Amino acid sequence: MRVLIPGISGVLGQRVARRLLEQGHEVIGIDRRPWHDAPAGIELHNVDIRKRAAEDVFRKKRPQAVIHMATVTHLVEKTAERYKINLGGTRAVFEHCRDWGVEHAIFVGRHTYYGAAADSPLYHKEEDPPMAVTTFPELSDLVAADLYACTALWRLPNLCTTVLRMVYTLGPTGHGTLATFLRGRHVPMVLGFDPLFHFMHEEDVTTAICLALEKRVQGVYNVAGPQPVPLSVVVRGTGRSPIPLPEIAFRAALGRFGLPRLPPGALAHIKYPVVVDSEAFRAATGFVHQVDEVRAMQEYRDAFPVRG
Amino acid sequence: MSLLIDPEIAARVDRLELPFNAYGVDPYGASKKHLARLFTAFRFLYRHYFTVGVEGIEHVPARGRAMLVGNHSGGIAIDGAMVITSCFFELEPPRLAQGMAEKFMAQTPFMGLLATRSGQLTGLVETAEHLLHDDRLLMIFPEGARGTAKLYPERNTLVHFGSGFMRLAMKTRTPIIPFGFVGGGEAIPTIANSYALGKLFGAPYVPITPWGVALPAPVRLELTYSAPMRFEGTGTEEDEVIEGYVEQVKQRIAGLIEEGRERRRKALAWSRGAEDEGRLEGEPDGTKEEQR
Repeated sequence: MRVLIPGISGVLGQRVARRLLEQGHEVIGIDRRPWHDAPAGIELHNVDIRKRAAEDVFRKKRPQAVIHMATVTHLVEKTAERYKINLGGTRAVFEHCRDWGVEHAIFVGRHTYYGAAADSPLYHKEEDPPMAVTTFPELSDLVAADLYACTALWRLPNLCTTVLRMVYTLGPTGHGTLATFLRGRHVPMVLGFDPLFHFMHEEDVTTAICLALEKRVQGVYNVAGPQPVPLSVVVRGTGRSPIPLPEIAFRAALGRFGLPRLPPGALAHIKYPVVVDSEAFRAATGFVHQVDEVRAMQEYRDAFPVRG
Repeated sequence: MSLLIDPEIAARVDRLELPFNAYGVDPYGASKKHLARLFTAFRFLYRHYFTVGVEGIEHVPARGRAMLVGNHSGGIAIDGAMVITSCFFELEPPRLAQGMAEKFMAQTPFMGLLATRSGQLTGLVETAEHLLHDDRLLMIFPEGARGTAKLYPERNTLVHFGSGFMRLAMKTRTPIIPFGFVGGGEAIPTIANSYALGKLFGAPYVPITPWGVALPAPVRLELTYSAPMRFEGTGTEEDEVIEGYVEQVKQRIAGLIEEGRERRRKALAWSRGAEDEGRLEGEPDGTKEEQR
């Protein structure tokens, strides 16, 4: 199959690309960022997904499937720019899919879509509403991109659309929101709160995305691996030490004393859990995770040991 | 911390048939360590501080989904605590009854955390359904916060029952095991509920007792379980139908409360008789228990 991956130069994009190449697929990538040591078999286009040149790739290459991974997760980008990349880029991808005869489009989204709140249920089902809009306004562009991708399910009946809501990634590449949060020696927690965190190993993330392609499942799916664990366990399991701070001190200390910077809305995600039910995805694709939570944490700890 | 854990109870926690992971945490965040600590404390309350009489525990199934449905008795959750404790100590193998807590608990530092670590989750239909799907033992008080607000003279009455539990039980084909709880009103005789204090603590209200705070008195409690009730249907029936079923459960619970009161009266009369035999004449005898 000819597969186009917008956002191929990201850590997950590269892994998915390599895996698909190994499986014998023809892989084409679009990304603004370079991928220096890309395998020879992968054709790269150094263009912005929102620009005309990107459409030309669709026009000339006529990919059968598209895996859209060109969304910005890390919260360092300015909101306006992120909005453009995440929502504008997603719109461009689905329009090109419609215009150039793509058969299957996969949108790789995030489980933080559901948002964290005191009254959010454990084990979100796919039909649950996106509370992140209220609990974490900084994520609203990702929520919008997710919902926009979902509209393709009825707007583009000829396109098989898959929307994946993946839990946090944790593993030796140190990629992802959770992994970044855990990078320092000390990890701040809100005193009196210790929510469940749902994460899976990057190998399993790659497997899940490739399975969604292979099985051509249509619809919206939560994707998770092993069971969630409390944040304090994640912190200790990755060799860090938790620093429980009262909420007021927590707000004041962020970004100082070697603690990670976080937008204000992120606080809810450190107080309350976002945990998803991935039963439907497992049933539809036969996905089984290979790496349990213990090994994922160990591999992260080995790759990012605490200095000193 | 391990001083607060009885090794015997820790061994019993190991026998809970729940999918704990390598860190001793189950998929809902309940932790073995916290459970062992909790049940060490609760066993003292259950066996020594209160006297808890339990009848009909054999009606609680050893495995599979089930819903314990009963009345609230007492201004703070000693009723729930003793139900959970009875399922842990009286059943073989032990089972963890999981209650549905008020939302304010989750927002309060430590409180929500302690609740979650002991398997008591925020009360949400979605979470309840997921627990039943995983064949857990759910504990439900359909009176909700209205039930804990009962004042001393109303302690053995029932207030309005919500109907959500019935729809959920029917939808998930879960047997309902009604229970009646007696004595919580004597342990915490609420003379008033302070909504102002409640606001201060982020709770709906704070019960006030003759001795001020809601610390329970060491009294006799009676817990009566009845045979399971099953209701056929899909849970999408009209309100009138559902209300009728809820009423049946409510009547059964009212009966169980009467059974419990009868046992409690007899037990107290017997202990008083025993005391009387050994007592020198002329000593005053005025425990709260006599009022009923």
